[in-house]
Amino acid sequence: MDVVNVISAVFLVLGGLFYFLGGLGVLRMPDPFDRIQAGTKATTLGAFSILIGVGVSHPDWLLKVILIIVFIALSNPIGSSALAKATYKAEGAPDNIVTDEMKDLMGGEEHVE
Amino acid sequence: MNDIILYIVFGLIGSGLLMATIRLIVGPKLSDRAVSLDTFNVIVVGIIAMLSFVYDNGLLLDIAIVYGALAFLETLVFARYVEGHHGRS
Repeated sequence: MDVVNVISAVFLVLGGLFYFLGGLGVLRMPDPFDRIQAGTKATTLGAFSILIGVGVSHPDWLLKVILIIVFIALSNPIGSSALAKATYKAEGAPDNIVTDEMKDLMGGEEHVE
Repeated sequence: MNDIILYIVFGLIGSGLLMATIRLIVGPKLSDRAVSLDTFNVIVVGIIAMLSFVYDNGLLLDIAIVYGALAFLETLVFARYVEGHHGRS
């Protein structure tokens, strides 16, 4: 096993670990905003690590791998912010927050059930 | 040695996917299901990349690109659907 395989294996195990942590956060976090935080950030980093591990071990696939990485880096934050806004509009803010700046942005009215 | 690393990686990814699926099934609100579906899709993109590594086939990465694009579209459409459902499951 040469050094390229070792680097690839380290990135793959790191990516699997971040996927595991993302799934654990989605299962165990108390409210939907925390679940968005855990499930989107951790899986983004896990996808980066696994794709880098695959690309390091096969250098001729590096272009496709970089394309997927750029696409995930652009699309995943957009999706998570859309989900957070939709969750705020549907369910309102959670009870234990300190400030609610989204309320001012949406015209100062609380959501209606 | 390499097989052991593959078992570890697929075990970690599989348990993450299992936990996201449990949240997708039991999630009390509709927004929980939307969040766990987003997580599920990103994990599946990683699984397809790992399968291209295992089977030594670069075409599976094209499938991962298309799956990622469709998953992004699905997240946006599902977010628009969640906006209209006030507090229901």
